[in-house]
Amino acid sequence: MNSNHQWPTWEVFTQKKQGAAHEHAGSVHAPDAEMALLNARDVYGRRQEGVNIWVIPTNAIIASTPEDVGAFFDPANDKMYRSPNFFKTADGLKTI
Amino acid sequence: MCRKLLSLILAKLIRHLGFMDVKVKTDDLSAKETAFNDSIKDGKVIEPKDWMPEKYRKQLLRMMSQHAHSEVVGMLPEGNWITRAPSLARKAILIAKVQDEAGHGLYIYSAAETLGMDRSEMVDQLLSGKAKYSSIFNYPTLTWADIGAIGWLVDGAAIVNQTVLAKCSYGPYSRAMLRICREENFHNKQGYQILAFLMRGTQEQKEMAQDAMNRWWWPSLMMFGPSDKDSPNSADLLKWKVKLYTNDDLRQRFIDRTVVQAEAIGLKVPDDKLKWNEETRHYDFGEINWEEFFQVINGNGPCNKLRLKQRNDAHSNGQWVREAAKAYSEKRKAN
Amino acid sequence: MMTELNTALIEYCLRIADNSLIHAQRIADWTGHGPILEEDIAMSNVSLDLIGQARGFYTYASQLEGNGKSEDFYAFHRGERDFRNRLMVEQPDLKDFGFTMMKLFFNGCFDYLIFRDLMKSNDETISGLASKSIKEVTYHVRHAGDWVVRLGDGTEESHQRIQKSLNELWPFTNELFEQNEVDELLIHNGAAFNKKELKAEWEAMVNEIITKATLIIPSDSTYFYSGGINGVHSEHLGFLLAEMQYLPRMYPDAIW
Repeated sequence: MNSNHQWPTWEVFTQKKQGAAHEHAGSVHAPDAEMALLNARDVYGRRQEGVNIWVIPTNAIIASTPEDVGAFFDPANDKMYRSPNFFKTADGLKTI
Repeated sequence: MCRKLLSLILAKLIRHLGFMDVKVKTDDLSAKETAFNDSIKDGKVIEPKDWMPEKYRKQLLRMMSQHAHSEVVGMLPEGNWITRAPSLARKAILIAKVQDEAGHGLYIYSAAETLGMDRSEMVDQLLSGKAKYSSIFNYPTLTWADIGAIGWLVDGAAIVNQTVLAKCSYGPYSRAMLRICREENFHNKQGYQILAFLMRGTQEQKEMAQDAMNRWWWPSLMMFGPSDKDSPNSADLLKWKVKLYTNDDLRQRFIDRTVVQAEAIGLKVPDDKLKWNEETRHYDFGEINWEEFFQVINGNGPCNKLRLKQRNDAHSNGQWVREAAKAYSEKRKAN
Repeated sequence: MMTELNTALIEYCLRIADNSLIHAQRIADWTGHGPILEEDIAMSNVSLDLIGQARGFYTYASQLEGNGKSEDFYAFHRGERDFRNRLMVEQPDLKDFGFTMMKLFFNGCFDYLIFRDLMKSNDETISGLASKSIKEVTYHVRHAGDWVVRLGDGTEESHQRIQKSLNELWPFTNELFEQNEVDELLIHNGAAFNKKELKAEWEAMVNEIITKATLIIPSDSTYFYSGGINGVHSEHLGFLLAEMQYLPRMYPDAIW
């Protein structure tokens, strides 16, 4: 069976409502970007699951690897003062 | 003479070191595998870029591609009745259900591709008869009541399986399953409702419903697979949290909930050994004809050849379309 | 006592509903047999949209008739000579995806224009139904048009096949713009609009895609099919209805 005419894959990201971030929904096969968008809407948007869709060729995605976990993410570990939760204020002080 | 001795010693040394190197590699692998198994026990979710044992990857790929094939082949017995659905509402609901099945197949193929096999290769395996799909779809849909039976029993059984799979260790599969579970409940309900209407209807409708029940009950029980002692892959799948309960456990769960539903609408379960066991708090049930199951799964069911032919025809009829789309996009790139 | 206006409105609604239903029936036949999974899903969406449109217009027709008939009465208990759909939509696709897309494109372009007009109908229900339907039809035109272009400008084989489909379907396109005294009454009344005035715009929409697709409109058609609004159909409708209607016909007292 001839499979040389496999269409490339596109990763689909949908935005559930105005202001929300796009979330990865899955992928579709399509011969080009226009059809990828239409297919993504049919596959991932048929239950009114979104207001906006992004499609990106799968091989355009660059990802960190599990090995990166240490060097990539840990240096944030000792800088907790970046989070507002770090700061304890007096009890009863509600406005800050 | 001295040189010969030296080279002999050197050769032995090299061989010794080489052997050690191999031994280190093997140790390294089994240490990695142990760490992998432990992390799964700790509830880690495996993602596509994580290291995984080759066996894990292969088992998952087999399981996922078979699941996807089942969804796609499953469109055929129900698709049969779209043009003959007895009301506009039922026609629309059935189209939506079968469409969902296409979508589910797509989500799972999509997740399986993250394990390194193209969808087209998986599809080739299906079309050549190499890959298996759920045996239930090798049975024919003879009447409208069969559509009710499939939604209620077959999707009901699938839900029992899928709710558990949503917690499996492989991230893309569990996420696909979550999406599927959200959509699947309507499938089960619409099937049950079809039969409920039939059982409240004319004498002919009641007989149609009971007849469908008689033909789909046992094959639905077989969907859970043979007892795990007879199932070769179970042990690994349980260890890797790709399977979380035994086939028998899930089958019992399905029977216990479905018998009650049957009784609620007046359908008789075609099993005269079926009996509530007060001690175990489960239903005891009759012997499953595993001979039939193995015949069907190995290609000798009522519709195996037909299903494969229909999928092959769809694929070959669409070849010119897929080629054209590819050619068109290539022309655009060239310009 | 039914007014002339009401009778005309019912007739007008049934034409639209029948068109959508028969078209939906043909497209639904692709479920499980499409060229790729994504397209199975897309075509199911189109079919569901069309069924929704049919149901909307059947329901309004039954309200106008005021005799308690349901949408299912119109779909399942009328015969070949009662259906008011255009002949184009009852033509069988014979597993030719290009034929289906060309048909969807021709019909979709027309439906887009007619719904755009009907949004301004002085009949509130019709304008409401048109507003809802036009969003769906816009998508159908985009999807089908894209396919016509890809197939026309794809491979040598696809080009020939879709050109053949175009040639076969072209003689069914005149019927899109046919109207009779029913339309005239409604046009006069402000509920409907002149279909003939849509022809130039329809041709422009169609030509844009046909040109992009490197296809040619046949110039030698001598016969154009007609008769749907009088219930005079091609032989295909009988077979389609026999399949579609058999269960309710066989069990007339049954509720499903």
